[in-house]
Amino acid sequence: MTRAARIVEICVSHRGREGPLLPILHDIQREFGCVDAEAERVIAHELNLSRAEVHGVVSFYHDFSAEPDPRPCIELCRAEACQARGAEELIASAEAAAGERVRLKSVYCLGLCSVGPAARIGDRLHARLDAAALVKLVQSA
Amino acid sequence: MTVVRISDDALALACGADAVAAAFVAAGCMVERVSSWGMHWLEPLAEIDGIGFGPLISGDVGAVLAGTSDKRIGAIADHPFIKRQQRLTFARAGKTRPLSLDDYAATGGWSALKRVKSMASSEIVAEVTHSGLRGRGGAGFPAGIKCRTVLEAPGPRKYVVCNADEGDSGTFADRMLMEGDPFQLLEGMAIAAQAVGARQGYIYVRSEYPHAISKLNAAIELVREHIAPFRIEVRVGAGAYVCGEETALLNSIEGKRGEVRAKPPLPALEGLFGCPTVVHNVLTLAAIPHIMVPGGASLYDSLGIDRSKGTMPIQLAGNIRHGGLFETAFGISLNELIHDIGGGTASGRPVKAVQVGGPLGAYIHPSQFDLPFDYEAYAGADALIGHGGVVVFDDQANMGALARFAFQFCAAESCGKCTPCRIGSTRGVELIDRIRAGGRDADPVEALAQMHNARKDRRSRAEDLQLLEDLCETMQFGSLCALGGFTPYPVRSALKHWPEDFS
Ligand code: FES
Repeated sequence: MTRAARIVEICVSHRGREGPLLPILHDIQREFGCVDAEAERVIAHELNLSRAEVHGVVSFYHDFSAEPDPRPCIELCRAEACQARGAEELIASAEAAAGERVRLKSVYCLGLCSVGPAARIGDRLHARLDAAALVKLVQSA
Repeated sequence: MTVVRISDDALALACGADAVAAAFVAAGCMVERVSSWGMHWLEPLAEIDGIGFGPLISGDVGAVLAGTSDKRIGAIADHPFIKRQQRLTFARAGKTRPLSLDDYAATGGWSALKRVKSMASSEIVAEVTHSGLRGRGGAGFPAGIKCRTVLEAPGPRKYVVCNADEGDSGTFADRMLMEGDPFQLLEGMAIAAQAVGARQGYIYVRSEYPHAISKLNAAIELVREHIAPFRIEVRVGAGAYVCGEETALLNSIEGKRGEVRAKPPLPALEGLFGCPTVVHNVLTLAAIPHIMVPGGASLYDSLGIDRSKGTMPIQLAGNIRHGGLFETAFGISLNELIHDIGGGTASGRPVKAVQVGGPLGAYIHPSQFDLPFDYEAYAGADALIGHGGVVVFDDQANMGALARFAFQFCAAESCGKCTPCRIGSTRGVELIDRIRAGGRDADPVEALAQMHNARKDRRSRAEDLQLLEDLCETMQFGSLCALGGFTPYPVRSALKHWPEDFS
């Protein structure tokens, strides 16, 4: 199946929903690692929206990206409660360990604010991180 | 066979609960996965015959079973952190399996929904109003009045929307409730639907909460018949903090950019897809089942102080020794919360500041720690309760840096619709940088003769501070929603109490 056909299939699978755009975008992002211009064109056609409308939505939300990034990704919380527990002091060593191989992404709160610093890799969560533990996570990502 | 109860809440998992559970299974125990008690410094916490052990690692299991573990904390229900609480919304925390319908029914589940089936909509709304319940999302608007507006709004199609976009740093009560007691939320939504005449409900959950999303989806599958003909669907956010604002959230469900709408019209009259919509936070909806049992509304009304009725699930977070969920009647002071209950800072250093109410909440100085937890008292002190998150900072925090962070966060998360928030936040970052750097001279472009309006001489610190004050005022009164409107709170409070951190 071509990519476009698969995107059409995803759009069709959400047909019964009211306001189906976000669920569709989540599915496409998960499957292809991005929502690119080609995908936007297909979605716009399927939902009878303009490409500008679809692009406006895709570019608004942090979760959708225009290009795939194949690197493993570690999301590190840098919000206030994790800052209060020393999250900022872990950044330098984590960045050094990550280099270009691992993507370190800042996020703002994972709901683990009493046991931070906290990080997330996919659906796996990590808490009570110190510099050594985070470097280990980066190295094994 | 020994039965061991261990939480499967995301926080327990993050602290390594699965490995501990596996070690108990390997040792021949039967492991039951339950919700979390909310004593986060003790997670992973195991409970055997009511006795708690924590925080455990898998290597502790042998000693726990042999009765020689030094991580024994005694009877959990008698632990001072639990005993001092008054748990209504979190009555089941630690005690039930989140997706067990039997556990839910055995602890009073569905009795409120059954009761309201025979009541008129207006009677339900009247009882919610009588309880004094106010929106737990931050604004504290009376829940009953919102429901009545939707009930009385004309229109064949109405919606119940649950705001589970818990983006505030320092808050996790929504997450704990969705993961630990999802049926209670669904029951609350079903009652709200009956009260206003809605057929469809949505729960908008942030994408940072994958465990809550899967628990809710599983729970909805299990209760389909209980709540029929009402239907509930989970919608997953996409990493935009501003979607916690109710009108941005509605746009997001509709599949649009999460931009804030101007009010009026109120969502209660023209909300989701233009239809009357009741939007409530997770904790507000989850309070409805225990309010709607006989006597529940009066009990709720009897708790708390002044116009802040009932209980508030307070979240103790940041640099605090005993962090976790503390549900109690309104009126408690920060001194009690941080020192008596929370045990001071985790680092052992003195407390410097506390931020209550998330990234948009004021920084509170230790001299104000006797302030009672109450919507109006906080408003009077230029602070807010918000969603009840309490984040503690020790003396190593730099309040100038945190004020800058507040502007920076606002700049990153602004939806862009209104100018004070979109532009003001960026100007705020620059201004604080300038103040902290001790001012700056005109740059080469500003110095050009043709730049008539550009200032040529250096601003004094007093002038820069005045400019910051003007900016804060513009943002506070000129922004469309709370993101731009409340960002001045952390900034101003930091500047007021810790001016030395700005030089
Ligand atoms: S602030 Fe980091 S998890 Fe909430």
